[in-house]
Amino acid sequence: MIKVRDLRKSFDDLEVLKGVNTEFEKGKTNLIIGQSGSGKTVFLKCLLGLFIPDSGTIEYNEKVYQNFSKDEKRELSTQMGMVFQGGALFDSMTVEENVMFPLKMLTKMGRAEMKNRVEEVLDRVNLVNTNTKFPSEISGGMQKRVSIARAIVNKPRYLFCDEPNSGLDPRTAAVIDNLIQEITRENDITTVINTHDMNSVFEIGENIVYLENGVKAWQGSKDNIYKTDNKQVTDFVYASNLFQKVRIAQKEGL
Amino acid sequence: MISNYIKSIGQYFIMIYETFKRMTKSSELRRLILQEIDDLIISSLGIVVFISFFIGAVIAIQTALNFSNPFVPKSLIGFAARQSIILEFAPTFVSIIMAGKVGSYITSSIGTMRVSEQIDALEVMGINSLNYLVFPKIIAMCMFPFVIAISMFVGIIGAYFAGVYGGFLNADQFLAGLQEDFIPFQVFYAFLKSFIFAFILATVPSFHGYYMRGGSLEVGHAATTSFVWTSVIIIFMNYFITQLLLS
Repeated sequence: MIKVRDLRKSFDDLEVLKGVNTEFEKGKTNLIIGQSGSGKTVFLKCLLGLFIPDSGTIEYNEKVYQNFSKDEKRELSTQMGMVFQGGALFDSMTVEENVMFPLKMLTKMGRAEMKNRVEEVLDRVNLVNTNTKFPSEISGGMQKRVSIARAIVNKPRYLFCDEPNSGLDPRTAAVIDNLIQEITRENDITTVINTHDMNSVFEIGENIVYLENGVKAWQGSKDNIYKTDNKQVTDFVYASNLFQKVRIAQKEGL
Repeated sequence: MISNYIKSIGQYFIMIYETFKRMTKSSELRRLILQEIDDLIISSLGIVVFISFFIGAVIAIQTALNFSNPFVPKSLIGFAARQSIILEFAPTFVSIIMAGKVGSYITSSIGTMRVSEQIDALEVMGINSLNYLVFPKIIAMCMFPFVIAISMFVGIIGAYFAGVYGGFLNADQFLAGLQEDFIPFQVFYAFLKSFIFAFILATVPSFHGYYMRGGSLEVGHAATTSFVWTSVIIIFMNYFITQLLLS
């Protein structure tokens, strides 16, 4: 579980996060949604330790991150997996080398053991016969799956995803969503996903945090989002005509 | 504006400090260093040899054409070529060329990694990205004085060919001039200079790539800025070291 208390972050005179309070639950897919510029990416980067918050606390497993020693921070980073928006795969490495990289850098596993683990995770994300290919030689959806494989290869306790569906067709996006949800449940990990995709919200949104202008404006599950009267949330979620029709149908019990 | 420069200078030295902290796993580091030696040193040898040969040749021709007085010994062509090549051309001119070739490669490769979030990916994994990316480049560039030695040798060969086969002097005169008033300290000075330039060549472009912000257009801009600043710093340091060691 991750608890965030009064998190604030500014860049020069621009206050991006203005006191965010929330919790992300273990074994669930936690979604952060919000308009562009609402502070989602900054929030995620604060959770990852890439940005140092100005004030407030982040608790990992009941322990405040800001009070961690350097060794504890390093230990925590080995328990984190991250799926970046663009994949962030290393161009000069093959798919196998990319997935093996965290094992090579952070563990004392032997080559054969690492290879077995890589095969296992590539199989889990349904990637076959791609081991020797370079990221530029595979499709966007496959790159995302390699990125997920790299993120979970070290059996993390926390999985973070920054817009994992961006640039993907709806079918591939649904495959990625389901894959992330299955991995979260199988491994009982805390998954935090930053997304704009309303399909993801309605498909896998077990705990949704809506950010607006750097503050949490609403929190609930995908079932609550149909019923909420919070205008900020409804204006954002039902901005598309399709989802407006879905909402009306839900309210009318169709 | 001045405060920005001061901030950048401070950031540069912090980067150097961070580069030597939290070392990457030695087996991976060894692989990275060998890779960088190949990318930065071995792949530069062709252009260095080509330029050195022809610049050496031009130095010999220019010197020969500017000595019209019959009382000036012909051997002076060999002497002037040696002095020009060892003292300035090989260490400084080749370093400026390398700022264009190696510097822009370093800035654009690290900058692209920044833009595509690969550096963030390293940091999230708990890896010191500066050590992983910059340290192997610094170690690889320690081989730079060998490139300079090759440049000196080839430059003098170029001068010999142009001088002797161009009919300006004979081989004995050239070799006599080459050995005239030779001061070994000047070779030490040249290698010391090239060693310092190597550090600048590895770190200044890395700084511009690592701290860049934006997209692919900014990567190109950072590579150009990096070349300008690396050249400026090399030229300034050249003056400083020369003043310190030779005057």
